[in-house]
Amino acid sequence: MDGTASPLIRARSPVARLLGIKGNPGDALFDRLTGFFALFLVVLLAAMAVAMAKSAMPTFRTFGFGFVTGAIWDPLRQTFGALPFVYGTVVSSVLALVLAVPVSLGVAIYLSELAPLRLRQPLGFLVELLAAVPSVVYGLWGVFVLAPWLRSSVEPALARTLGFLPLFQGPHQGFGMLAGGIVLAIMVVPTVSSVSREVLSAVPHSLREGALALGATRWEAVRLAVLPYARSGLVGAVLLGLGRALGETMAVTMVIGNRAEISSSLFAPSYTMASVLANEFTEATGELHLSALAEIGFLLFVVTVLLNVIARLLVGKTRREPDGGRA
Amino acid sequence: MRDRFFRRRLVDRTVRGACLLAMLLALVPLVSVLWFVTLRGIGGLSWSFFSELPRPVGETGGGMANALLGTLELVGLACLFGIPAGVLAGIHLSTFGHSRFGRFVRFAADVMSGVPSIAVGLFVYAVVVTTSRSFSGFAGAIALAILMLPTVARTTEELLKLVPEALREAALGLGVPKWRTTLFVVLRTAAPGVVTGIMLAVARASGETAPLLFTAFNNRFWSTDPSEPMASLPVTIYAYAVSPYEDWHRQAWAAALVLVALVLVLNVLARFVVRRRWGLG
Repeated sequence: MDGTASPLIRARSPVARLLGIKGNPGDALFDRLTGFFALFLVVLLAAMAVAMAKSAMPTFRTFGFGFVTGAIWDPLRQTFGALPFVYGTVVSSVLALVLAVPVSLGVAIYLSELAPLRLRQPLGFLVELLAAVPSVVYGLWGVFVLAPWLRSSVEPALARTLGFLPLFQGPHQGFGMLAGGIVLAIMVVPTVSSVSREVLSAVPHSLREGALALGATRWEAVRLAVLPYARSGLVGAVLLGLGRALGETMAVTMVIGNRAEISSSLFAPSYTMASVLANEFTEATGELHLSALAEIGFLLFVVTVLLNVIARLLVGKTRREPDGGRA
Repeated sequence: MRDRFFRRRLVDRTVRGACLLAMLLALVPLVSVLWFVTLRGIGGLSWSFFSELPRPVGETGGGMANALLGTLELVGLACLFGIPAGVLAGIHLSTFGHSRFGRFVRFAADVMSGVPSIAVGLFVYAVVVTTSRSFSGFAGAIALAILMLPTVARTTEELLKLVPEALREAALGLGVPKWRTTLFVVLRTAAPGVVTGIMLAVARASGETAPLLFTAFNNRFWSTDPSEPMASLPVTIYAYAVSPYEDWHRQAWAAALVLVALVLVLNVLARFVVRRRWGLG
């Protein structure tokens, strides 16, 4: 293929004609090649849904929707109810968001509105490093540093001050819902704060300047001009964080205690959907057990995909809105 | 009037202080993790850690040479597929991204990057492991490649869009075919940035544990043949951390130090490459 010949004067080869290729055959082939891989991405996503749904079919046929509401998970008796795992996943993720969202928004506002310009890049890099540390390393840290600390200092203190709440009762074990929630929060902070920061920096400068010119303080400018504009994007950022928390596996598995029980106390051990997959899948006894685990995976997949779709639409909305500076 | 002004100023200062506090609070876990990984890991690093196989259960000593090699092999194989596929998909997005199909693919890629890694592992198990009837390094590499794919595609797209249109037009004006322009002018110009994106994706893939649990599985022996179960650093760290043996805990910390160092070096190198060539962040 010599690059100097004009594609216009080159005669079409019989092969190209046969394949219905017009213009430069190299271009046509290349476009098809790149198009193939783009299509491949979509096909892959669809294939994931189909493959998991297929392997979940046996349990779905046996238990129907009762699978999600059943509270007993007993592989020996072939009884599979996923409620304790759903509960553990939801509660640990919500706990993580309660802890992580205020911090993440603080970080995002600090980095996009308040920090000295020279510090913004290095601090942003450090927050991203938080996301770069592998999950299993957080787990290791959780097992040997966080959980013992929770057991010896944090849980007794919480029990002493807030012990009248059912949330903070029961024996102090370190490993449990609280540890899981904290580890998840740590892993969610970089996601939420970097997306929020992106959203905030998409807010037109004229809005801030307008508020400041009217005599607003920095915070008032953020609260009255920046945050309302960025609201849907920020909600999207939180949802992306929730998606991350729901599917996070290793660190949570290592610290949450892995007991399929529903307890009102945050000190008690719990179990998440991702954790039970990690623990039982390779040792599953029989087809129904395997299929039950696959259904848990399928549910997790569907929920996170839906969350991501909604979150992306919300984040995209903030980014695409017309430039307020022109108004 | 004065009162109100003071109150507003007080609120302003309080919130700004709270934001700074949040910033510092977010960095506490990072510092703590790096501190403990270094402190507890450094003692476990020795020549035998890098060169020996794990000893039988109960004996102390031995190393993780097989897991180190396994991680390199898994990530290398994943790159072999994930990088070209991702870059080509990214090229397609940057050229045809405005079409309905392009927008759909971009959206799918974004959604795919949010799919839990354990679900990807499950998918590869259902498709690859059940058909080949064995855990294998190949299955693990495929899982990692799938995880890399959306990131690589989206970064490639974003960076190709930054290349000035004039450059493309100049090449086309000289009679260079479109595909050669894309590969040897546009992609080449964007190369440092694309490399950065790839390095970040590789860093992420090398730390992944969940998708390997039921694809590559684990192996306490040398595992150079990718059609057999293969050990990796993250899975070994997990197995050792939850074991009851003191000596394994020590080795898990050492392995974590190696893994974190690898990931950090890739991250720092990646930023360095970008900043030097592009002046971007």
